[in-house]
Amino acid sequence: MNAPTKLPQPAKEKLVVIGNGMAGCRAVEELLERDPDRYSVTIFGAEPRVNYNRIMLSPVLAGEKTFDEIVINSAEWYAENGIELVGGDPVEQIDRQAKSIIAKSGRVEPYDKLLIATGSDPFIIPIPGNDLAGVVTFRDLDDVDKMLAAAQQGGDAVVIGGGLLGLEAAHGLSLRGMKVTVVHLMPALMERQLDEAAGYLLRQELESRGQTILTSANTKVIHGVEGKVVGIELEDGTKVKADIVVMAAGIKPSTSLARSADLECERGIVVDDNMVTSDSDILAVGECVQHRGTCYGLVAPLWDMCRSLADYLTGAPNGYEGSVTSTKLKVSGIDLFSAGDFSGGDGCEDIVMRDAARGVYKRVVLKDDKIIGAVLYGDTADGNWYFDLLKKEEDVADIREGLIFGQAFASGGALADPNAAVAALSDDAEICGCNGVSKGKVISCIAKGAHSVDAVRSTCKASASCGSCTNLVESLLALTLGDDVQTGPRTLCKCTSFTHDDVRRLILEKELKVIPEVMQELHWTTPEGCASCRPALNYYLLCAWPGEYEDDEKSRYVNERLHANIQKDGTYSVVPRMWGGLTTPDELRAIADAAEKYGARTVKVTGGQRIDLFGIKKEDLPAIWGDLNAAGMVSGHAYGKALRTVKTCVGSEWCRFGTQDSTGLGVKIERMTWGSYMPHKFKIAVSGCPRNCAEATIKDFGVVCVDSGYELHVGGNGGIHVRATDLLCKVETEEQAMEYCAAFIQLYREDAHYLERTAPWLERKGLDWIKSQLFDDPDAIKNYAKRFRFSQKFWQVDPWANRAGGAHKDLHSHLAEVRPLSMENA
Amino acid sequence: MMSAPVGTWLDIGPTTQIAPGTARTLPVVGGEEIAVFHTMRGEFYALVNSCPHKQGPLSQGIVHGDTVTCPLHNWRISLRTGEAQGDDEGCTPTIPLKVDSGRLFLLREAVIPSGKPKAA
Repeated sequence: MNAPTKLPQPAKEKLVVIGNGMAGCRAVEELLERDPDRYSVTIFGAEPRVNYNRIMLSPVLAGEKTFDEIVINSAEWYAENGIELVGGDPVEQIDRQAKSIIAKSGRVEPYDKLLIATGSDPFIIPIPGNDLAGVVTFRDLDDVDKMLAAAQQGGDAVVIGGGLLGLEAAHGLSLRGMKVTVVHLMPALMERQLDEAAGYLLRQELESRGQTILTSANTKVIHGVEGKVVGIELEDGTKVKADIVVMAAGIKPSTSLARSADLECERGIVVDDNMVTSDSDILAVGECVQHRGTCYGLVAPLWDMCRSLADYLTGAPNGYEGSVTSTKLKVSGIDLFSAGDFSGGDGCEDIVMRDAARGVYKRVVLKDDKIIGAVLYGDTADGNWYFDLLKKEEDVADIREGLIFGQAFASGGALADPNAAVAALSDDAEICGCNGVSKGKVISCIAKGAHSVDAVRSTCKASASCGSCTNLVESLLALTLGDDVQTGPRTLCKCTSFTHDDVRRLILEKELKVIPEVMQELHWTTPEGCASCRPALNYYLLCAWPGEYEDDEKSRYVNERLHANIQKDGTYSVVPRMWGGLTTPDELRAIADAAEKYGARTVKVTGGQRIDLFGIKKEDLPAIWGDLNAAGMVSGHAYGKALRTVKTCVGSEWCRFGTQDSTGLGVKIERMTWGSYMPHKFKIAVSGCPRNCAEATIKDFGVVCVDSGYELHVGGNGGIHVRATDLLCKVETEEQAMEYCAAFIQLYREDAHYLERTAPWLERKGLDWIKSQLFDDPDAIKNYAKRFRFSQKFWQVDPWANRAGGAHKDLHSHLAEVRPLSMENA
Repeated sequence: MMSAPVGTWLDIGPTTQIAPGTARTLPVVGGEEIAVFHTMRGEFYALVNSCPHKQGPLSQGIVHGDTVTCPLHNWRISLRTGEAQGDDEGCTPTIPLKVDSGRLFLLREAVIPSGKPKAA
């Protein structure tokens, strides 16, 4: 008897695992660890290879790792543990009656317990051309091989999807020498993991590495020639050349096998807390499952699930309760971390730190003194610490002050108080890196009388440039003066420590061109700003960068977004422009028709010499504008922080006292200035003689005609605080009057704070300052006027015509209409 | 975690019809108009389109974080709870909303007034 004889053993239960991926193998590992003899295991895998670390495919693509380096379990492991691996033979059917599975090869394998770990499938966007050669997904090693083959030819790659996977694919292809364009449906990259600010920094970094990033970009079709991909076309008609297209638009749980076996599935295979499906002998784990309504696409939950599954299968169930996840982007040189819930909400508090010089953005979200979320960009050293505090639900009240500075700082006992930390600095420690100001210098400057941040900035320059050390300067003020610190001028809003003037100056100095950039560079303490700063920044940017800055409608007040005045009942009023207060029978007829057609409940003549139609519904606005356009009228901007109207009297054409053609000049000025956005509303009037029938001396800019020319008056207001204008100067010709008008407006536009009318602005700055700005330099008037006219090139477009032509339909139409069941059935 | 509300879900169309940072409206015959918000962080909320203060249309306010500022008098309303923020007091009813496969669903029972429809 030479044949080896096996000792009789208790019959092992037969466990069949479908899926040789990370979840399937990990589950088996956990089982073996608990009870190596309990189950006889057979693993079926679709890929013809051993188990590898799928999340490390990105470094393989990028050439930073080889396949061998990412293998988790070698062939020996399977052999040593008596596991049968059936590779390259996908399971095609589950026979629950017979308790067996049938593989593609026809092999039938009976089971006592079956574990489904089929993972997820890439989401293939249902668009024409998605089956062309050269369109690949990014899921397994075969996909990586296809991408590497394409990269060897060089050329252009398009990655559809700006999430974690897509960006990693883009990074790899870019390192392999391809010219990469990332096409992302949403407005910000990785919007599920990052907030707007971090998404913006990421985008900047990727663009600086030569990738083209297209956001809010909906791919319409993939074009091919002779069955091979040549490019993509977006919904808006943009075409991008491509030799390879990577679909990385997301994943969906792979449930088809489970569905065909009639297991309960929703988005994923539904499992209970022990990872058991609707069939008590069938379990499921990993990305294919749905647990308490959640499907996971990250690796950490999978480890938790496998532990619970193994506990259950070895008779010691403990129940899986779901996972809190964190994300790190595996793109070399980009440090990015996100965890938990950072969408904010009631009782949530944000602690935000921005360091523009280092490109760092950190945000920790607290609720009830516990961390519930964190987003870190640029410096992720403390990511794991925050994540740990988050998972443990640790009370952070005691270390809160220093929390954002990281573990080393917050745990440093007394140093947890930022003031104490600053106090501990030596006198020669640098406070302001931009201007090389030491702590000792700041303190001596405070001692000499600089008792506010602004005073410090204007004397020793500390925190006057990038502002990132403002909090240090504030600490030093508090330390040195105690309660004597003077609070500086009002900041723009609660989101920033900068004043309006600082923000305007820094936008120009640092060439900040979009709102998220301003917020990052100027250390905004909120992720998206608020309803005060967003409209202000939008105005400052459009004033600073005419023709270049793209208006952000989301940051406009409703009236400017809908180009009409909202009324207390939610309807709108519509005011067509009447140049200089002139109208015609045809225009009046069209206004009358529109008033009737759209049910204007009130028709009123305004103080600005035009007609206001009240009670127009949001949905009817484009149509009424279309009708008014057809009669030759355009928007009166009666709703805008903008040039409203130029009021006139009849002047020398009819009036026996008139000295000049005030109506004609008014029309010319209105033609020159209409459409211009301003810090606040702006009214002009032209009176034909000193009787001043057009009330020019309570306008922002008023012209009073006299025999010898034109008096120019500025800074008047007829509102709450009536203020008569100051006389700016007197000019001789109409051309001069217009030139000075343009120059004054531009000075106001470039200097005033948002929502500051000319009257308070003039009182704040003083008439002398305004005169010196306009008259000291003989070219000043010309230069201001020139800048005004340049800006007007981009704004003298009737916004009504755009909307009437169908632009922004979504702003005016309802989503749908809901009718109660009783009425539906009626 | 909140337990999922029970009821039938009303499909109100694809998520793409509301741009991030904006809101759109849904009139309800015999009931109050609903505003559906899409925040810049990609979350969706549904509330009655009416500020607790003076019934301003919240859908037309500026959305920041998960708060909307009413266009009439700048009350800040939480999109999650409908509660007025800061010193103001009041609450706008919210409507349970879920996103599934790129489409938006509202809880029908919360949308349709339970009593008799108001006279149209």
